[in-house]
Amino acid sequence: MADFQKWRRSESAQGLFLISPTLGFALLLLAVPLIMVVALSFWTQDYLTLDRTFTTANYQTAWTEPMYQYLMARSLKISIFVTAVTVLVAYPVAYFISFHVAPKRKAMWIFLITIPFWTSYLMRIFLWKVILGYNGVINGTLTGLGIIDEPLSFILYNQNAVVITLAHAWIPFAILPIFVALERVDRSLIEAAEDLGDSGLRRFFRVTLPLSMPGVIAATIIVFIPTIGDYVTPRLVGGPNGLMISNMIELQFKKANNAPLGAALAISAMGIVTFFALVFLWMNRKYVRGPS
Amino acid sequence: MTQKIIRLSKLDKFYGEFQALSQINLDIQTGEFFSLLGPSGCGKTTLLRAIAGFETLSSGSLHIDGVSMDGVPANKRPTNMVFQSYAIFPHMSVAENIAYGLKARKLPKAEIKASVAEAINMVGLEGFDDRASHALSGGQRQRVALARALVLKPRVLLLDEPLSALDKKLREQMQSELRRLQRAVGITFVLVTHDQEEALTMSDRIAVMFDGKIEQVASPQILYGKPSNRKVAAFIGMMNFLDAKVLTTSGDNVEVEVQSLGKLTLPLAQATGGLNGCNSVGVRPEMLTILMGSQTSEREIEAEVTEVYYYGDMTYYDVKLPAKEDPITVTMRNTAGREVLEVGAKARVGWSTSSLLLLK
Ligand SMILES: Nc1ncnc2c1ncn2[C@@H]1O[C@H](COP(=O)(O)OP(=O)(O)OP(=O)(O)O)[C@@H](O)[C@H]1O
Ligand SMILES: [Mg+2]
Repeated sequence: MADFQKWRRSESAQGLFLISPTLGFALLLLAVPLIMVVALSFWTQDYLTLDRTFTTANYQTAWTEPMYQYLMARSLKISIFVTAVTVLVAYPVAYFISFHVAPKRKAMWIFLITIPFWTSYLMRIFLWKVILGYNGVINGTLTGLGIIDEPLSFILYNQNAVVITLAHAWIPFAILPIFVALERVDRSLIEAAEDLGDSGLRRFFRVTLPLSMPGVIAATIIVFIPTIGDYVTPRLVGGPNGLMISNMIELQFKKANNAPLGAALAISAMGIVTFFALVFLWMNRKYVRGPS
Repeated sequence: MTQKIIRLSKLDKFYGEFQALSQINLDIQTGEFFSLLGPSGCGKTTLLRAIAGFETLSSGSLHIDGVSMDGVPANKRPTNMVFQSYAIFPHMSVAENIAYGLKARKLPKAEIKASVAEAINMVGLEGFDDRASHALSGGQRQRVALARALVLKPRVLLLDEPLSALDKKLREQMQSELRRLQRAVGITFVLVTHDQEEALTMSDRIAVMFDGKIEQVASPQILYGKPSNRKVAAFIGMMNFLDAKVLTTSGDNVEVEVQSLGKLTLPLAQATGGLNGCNSVGVRPEMLTILMGSQTSEREIEAEVTEVYYYGDMTYYDVKLPAKEDPITVTMRNTAGREVLEVGAKARVGWSTSSLLLLK
């Protein structure tokens, strides 16, 4: 009882009290639907009615049926690819802004990078369709120049198109955390590395990169988690071979009329994402703490 | 035979319009403990960084060990630096920090291990090998920075105010340790400091800098005893100044008219910076005496005590001379039987012509 009194007056209790309206709202919008989906995944669809007896059959199907395994693996592969491309492109940009742009212009550069967000994501996807399409900008240019005879077909309606479109969409989100991490790298450490005899490339790999790893890991999490469940991009530019797990989840909920299986697939995907997120967080802790 | 290890000539450094260093000519001898001393913003760090290779010269030349450093990047110079912030790598342990430069040289593992152990011993950090660098105190970080640089056996060790972040006691301890270390390894040390006491106690020679220019380069005794101009004299220790006018010179002597003291003949050698432009006479407070009872002195002058600062072992008096508005300072050791005067008391101040410096 005394403990409870003490707790009520503590800072954390007051904090909890202050955020409770928002917390309630978030719970309502996030936790409740989530609980419903979890519940749904343990039920069975019986034509138009739901059979609410507990069963793990949906999960068995989700994890054993080759098609679902295959789609899950493809989603993972695509998002790993997107993450790698995004981080690899974002890092040099962030590095350039942090190290080679005059301090008073940095804010402007960061601002310029957000310009793509002034148009909706759908617009940007359609633009990519225009660029990558059969009669699109790239093919038009290449055929016009006589470099190719027939338009390239491998650049739209497949996994490459999904990777390109998603990477383009996420690069700004990856640049920001990497930029912030690079800004926090004490420049005298890099000078110390030079003073101790390291050339430019070696001091990058021994000092700058390790010290900016928290930013790289943050960028990885930010890109990886949403892309694995992306639905719009594969739907619009993926073609039949570029479809991902979320497209299958939609199919189950709608055309296949098997919401419980869709729910089981969704929860399974969430589980996998959670696993990866935990791995990244663990890596981040290692870097933030330094050697023990 | 002493040799010059660092040779700077006609060195200029501009930051845009601003001239941070102007016409620096300086020779540093092999194996000496050399200090760059000057007030904040005078260009000490800039000069040190120019030697290390972190600042490009606007003009002039820099030779280390007889080799021109023009176009030689910092990682190829035979110098190492102890940074003011120490710049300890936060993602590495103490031993990894110290091994950093050895690894950059791609030495064999066993050799690296042995050198690191030796360096850790040298700076007294035994048992700290695996300690994370963020779990070190200021003094320990400083030792890591020292070991990390010294383990590479540089020809010159550059230190940028390495002690300014430490508290007084630790600073004094590190001062004597640095001096001991320098003697032991025999490496040339170039120390930047704005603390004149630190420079005087530690250095073989000191360069005094103001506004990007070197005013005087000399040993601590000469710098204190024979400063070459009024600026240096005022910066190093305390100095009383009296207006003076040069009347005539004859042979090795010069005749001057000094405020309050009257017409005097001084040896030319006491015009330490040359006779040209001399307009004041300087005298250190401890060169003056407050005469008691029947005590006499070569010369004496009547004065009035305007302020008394009692320090226990010493008493500092501000006394007003006739025909001089601002009081001058006299410091007296409180030896047995010496009474401490009170404000307003009349005092006889003893002085001698040999303790006067003719300055510009
Ligand atoms: N990168 C720079 N750009 C422009 N001006 C600079 C730059 N670095 C230094 N300065 C200027 O050059 C002058 C000398 O700087 P420096 O850092 O060498 O001073 P310092 O003698 O080391 O002073 P402190 O004792 O405060 O460290 C200062 O007036 C400073 O403002
Ligand atoms: Mg400085």
